[in-house]
This record gives sequence, C-alpha cells and structure tokens, in this order.
Amino acid sequence: MNLAYTQTFWYFYIAIMLLFVMGAYYIIASFNLIRVLIGLELLIKAVTLLSILTGYLTHNEGLAQALVITLIVIEVVIMVVAGGIVVSIYRNNKTLDTRKLKELKG
Amino acid sequence: MALNLILLALLLVAGIWTVLTTRLVRSVVGLALVSAVVSILIFRLNSPLAAAFELSVCAGLISVIFVTTISFTQRLTPERLEERRKERLGKYWYLPVILIIAGILLIAFKPILDFPLPRVPSEQDTRNIIWHMRHVDLLGQILVILAGVFGVVILFKEPKK
Repeated sequence: MNLAYTQTFWYFYIAIMLLFVMGAYYIIASFNLIRVLIGLELLIKAVTLLSILTGYLTHNEGLAQALVITLIVIEVVIMVVAGGIVVSIYRNNKTLDTRKLKELKG
Repeated sequence: MALNLILLALLLVAGIWTVLTTRLVRSVVGLALVSAVVSILIFRLNSPLAAAFELSVCAGLISVIFVTTISFTQRLTPERLEERRKERLGKYWYLPVILIIAGILLIAFKPILDFPLPRVPSEQDTRNIIWHMRHVDLLGQILVILAGVFGVVILFKEPKK
C-alpha cells in the first residue's frame, strides 16, 4: 500500500497538540460558561486543522474539505444553541459562574 | 516551511492571548484571530473551499454569536474586574509552563510524530463528494440546522402570563 509519512509536517502536529492542550486547559480552569464555549471552539479548531492536514498528506483534500464543511455547520449550530442556553441560564440565575449554579431542577 | 512556521507561531500566540486575557470580548477577538490564521493554513494546505467556510463562518458568524451572547450579560464593575484579574493570574500562570514543557517533550520525542498514513487517492472535487458521495451527511446537516432553529425558538420563547 502507498503510505504517506508525517515527518515533514511534525511542526504542524506539535502546534495542533499545543492548541488542543490550550483549549482543554481553558475548559478545565474556567468557571465562566462563555469561556467554556470559547475553550470548546479552540478544541474544534485543532481538530479542523488536523483533518485538513491528514487530507493533504493522504491526497484526499476533497474528502477532508467535505468533512470539515460538515464539522463547521455542526459547530455553528452547537454555538447558537449553547449561546441560547447560556443567555437562558443568565436570565434565571443572574450569573454565569458554574460554582454558583447548584440549584438546577431535576 | 518558514511561512507555515510563522503562521503556526501566530496561531499559538493568538490562542494564548485568547485564554489569558481578562475581558471576554478580547477573548472573542482572539478566537476570531485564531480562526483567521487557521483559515490561512487551510488555504495553504490546498483546501480553499474549507478555508473560505472557516473564515466566513468561524471568524465571522461565531464571533457575532459570542458578542451577542456577551451583550445579554452584565458588565463587570471595575473593582470586580480587578479582583477577577488577580484571580485569573493565580489560575492561569500554569498554562505557559505546561505549554513549554509539552512543546519540549514533543520536540524531544519527534520520531513518534512520524507515523504512516494510508494514501488512497479518491475523488478530488469537493462538490462531487458532498452532493453525490456523502449526501447522507447533507441530510444530517439539514436536520441539525432545523434542530438548532427549534432549540433557539424554544429557548427564547417568552413565558405565557
């Protein structure tokens, strides 16, 4: 089988991993719901770049682009709904601090 | 390679600024900058359609969504902002240290980043793939968009008096 080696693009992989670490740290360390969403966005950016890089290395740019376009559409819907939920939580509790959101129904 | 390295460095700087800045709006601007740099990198990796989507939707629309969400919340008072700044300094100083250690470790163990990927060239035209080969994805996207629209309508519905 014809194989593609990732060695020439090692610096891309390092930057993608560091971006992923940044996003994960932001989600873990932050208590503000909007900041958690921004952290999730950083994680999605890392995954998007990884998908495109893999498509480029395996000469499957078309398929990678199709998957990334699907990913972007889903990302936007997630952000719109999550933004609505955040506004709704703020209206009901007057705070976005996850430490103070202890009195949820259910 | 040099331009790619500069862009990746800019990506990491924008990401760190997004995480470390105190004000939420600046954090959103940082995120838009990350998206813009990612779209340039995607364009350089021979994927112009995805780059255009990334730039218009992620750097544009998602920033607007975040700014709108932030505008619905209350602004912090200067005292609270100063308090938050000190609190954040204690919480986030680990991040640059973690990133430097992770970067050094990854560069030291660079050979593990050399892994083989199967190269099976397929259809190259993205439009052909979306409309003919992965049309179930399209159906899924339409359903997800509809679910999002209904979700927002329900969330913003005024309660009956």
